[in-house]
Amino acid sequence: MIFVEPLVRVEGLTKKFNLEAGFFARFGKFVHAVNDLSFTIGKGETYALVGESGCGKTTTARLIVRMYERDAGTIFFGRDTDVGLLRGRDLRSYREKVKYVFQDPARSLNPRMSVYNVLTSGYRWSSRWPGARRAREEAALILEEVGLAPSDLDRRPADFSGGQRQRISIARSLLMQPELLICDEVVSALDVSIQGQILNLLQDIREKRGLSILFIAHDLKVASYFCDRIGVMYRGELMEEGRAQDLYRNHGHPYTQLLFASATGGAEEAPNSVTTPQRNSAHGCAFAHRCPLADNSCYAQRPEWKNIGDDHFIRCHKR
Amino acid sequence: MSEHSFLRVENLSVTFPPKDARLGGPVFAVRGVSWTLEKGEILGIVGESGSGKSVSTSAIPSLLPAHAEVTGDIFLEGKQLVGLPKEDIRSFRGRRIGMIFQEPGRSYDPLQNIGSVFHETLANSRPGISRQESEEEAIRLLTEVGLPQPRERLGNYPHQFSGGQLQRIGIALALAQGCDLLIADEPTTALDVTIQAQIVALLKRIRDDRAISILFISHNIDLVATISDRILVMYGGLVMEEGPTRQVLASPAHPYTTALLAAAPRFDSHYSTSPLLSIPGKVPDPSRPLPGCPFAPRCSRVMSGCRTELPPLRWGPQEADESLARSWRCVFDREEVRL
Repeated sequence: MIFVEPLVRVEGLTKKFNLEAGFFARFGKFVHAVNDLSFTIGKGETYALVGESGCGKTTTARLIVRMYERDAGTIFFGRDTDVGLLRGRDLRSYREKVKYVFQDPARSLNPRMSVYNVLTSGYRWSSRWPGARRAREEAALILEEVGLAPSDLDRRPADFSGGQRQRISIARSLLMQPELLICDEVVSALDVSIQGQILNLLQDIREKRGLSILFIAHDLKVASYFCDRIGVMYRGELMEEGRAQDLYRNHGHPYTQLLFASATGGAEEAPNSVTTPQRNSAHGCAFAHRCPLADNSCYAQRPEWKNIGDDHFIRCHKR
Repeated sequence: MSEHSFLRVENLSVTFPPKDARLGGPVFAVRGVSWTLEKGEILGIVGESGSGKSVSTSAIPSLLPAHAEVTGDIFLEGKQLVGLPKEDIRSFRGRRIGMIFQEPGRSYDPLQNIGSVFHETLANSRPGISRQESEEEAIRLLTEVGLPQPRERLGNYPHQFSGGQLQRIGIALALAQGCDLLIADEPTTALDVTIQAQIVALLKRIRDDRAISILFISHNIDLVATISDRILVMYGGLVMEEGPTRQVLASPAHPYTTALLAAAPRFDSHYSTSPLLSIPGKVPDPSRPLPGCPFAPRCSRVMSGCRTELPPLRWGPQEADESLARSWRCVFDREEVRL
């Protein structure tokens, strides 16, 4: 382990959603969005969750901030805070330490609020609220930290470009001095030339403040560059976890292989027959139905989470 | 630039006048671009948002809003497309020029099943085609694009397909009337990376099987590199650089191309060893074009002349094979560009 002290420890996290909603909904058909998921994020570490749409990355992030309630498993924060048990004031102060940055800055900033209001509307209800004048000074400092001017406090989100709006979004998350930043696809809505600016900014902030980051991405190149460790998710489970720096050339799981081959343009044209069968329990490997190496054991038994050396874990019978 | 190219775009400009004078001045989306596309060739167009890549290609089948002012020439096998009356351009759409769009989920009528979409499309070029014939034809096309069990799925509605499957159906529909030019406007942006790779491979195979020409538009330069024979880099409504894909990527001639390649993370780079080169500033506003080079405010090698005067188009050494020709719009020579 590169980072000795963990900040977040997720153990056996499970969340299922009912397929039908409403008063007349039948019960019993579920989507297992997150299925027995375990990982840790060290202090000062950047951990990436990558995977295709629908694999449960965002659900995991939302479980961590308690936007959803877990069905099973635990999330520990810091030394031994069980996030699932927090109530009232404790939950509020936990949410000050864990901040969420959203994907699309155009849709996550209220167009009617000034930047000052965007930044402080949550802070105002915090136990640490220092009063309006002091808060304004703090907001101005944070804006400078993310590369905007203090005079921008009185402008509105519409006056800014996409990259600048993402900076406002980051400033909002930093104002309460968080310990963990959850970055959910923060650069995927931005132009390539702007993407680099935001990634460099996040890297500076992380180093200066010693922040931990949970980085959710579908772009493998960005995740490999920006993070310390990567967890590859498929249908709610971790398939492989390894160091970001060399996962691209040193991966074992057939799914990771498929992802990296697709990203480098080396994948061949498979007929689009990928169907996602309903799964009601944790029998078998989640990837078996798409896996070129799958045999009977893969359908019958869920593979163990194996350590194959050097912070490298894999869930596969064949490797 | 050959007179006999399959598709020739010359000095094309598109301007959107303001609907209301109070809303500000006109938007200069495309400011004079010229390029050619040969038969059986894949031309990749790369650019950031607002670079004019979609607007310049939508002008070919004249899909721009009515108030857009289009000047310049577009020749499809010698036939001028700019300024054609509505009825005449219609005979090109679908039959000669096929198009696939970015978000497959949003380009279908949710209440129309796929079989009926095919019937409608096929009836455009073959009026009076029977339901039976159109079904057979649809099954043949869907098999060609690799949709499993096409016969069973003709009665399905768009929401019963995945995004990748809908994009395959979109490609089949574009091919249904036997077009020889396919315009793919960000066809894979809304798809997962594994599906993206499948669609790219499918487009390449169709090009080889049918010998059609493809215009592939994307903001992702790495993706364009995997599919295109030649690449065109646009910025601020202008073509910044053009040339064979491999050569342009290996030795970019324009500082913008160099910066764009350096700004995207690669697999062998990591924050702990190599900081990402970031391009300062922001993408230019098309309603306020600069007199000089549109990239000048962000360029690390900018000179005083760059800001006042548009740099001339430069040409690489004369090649025997015209498809190897390179051009770029910058005051610097190709060998001088190193950032």
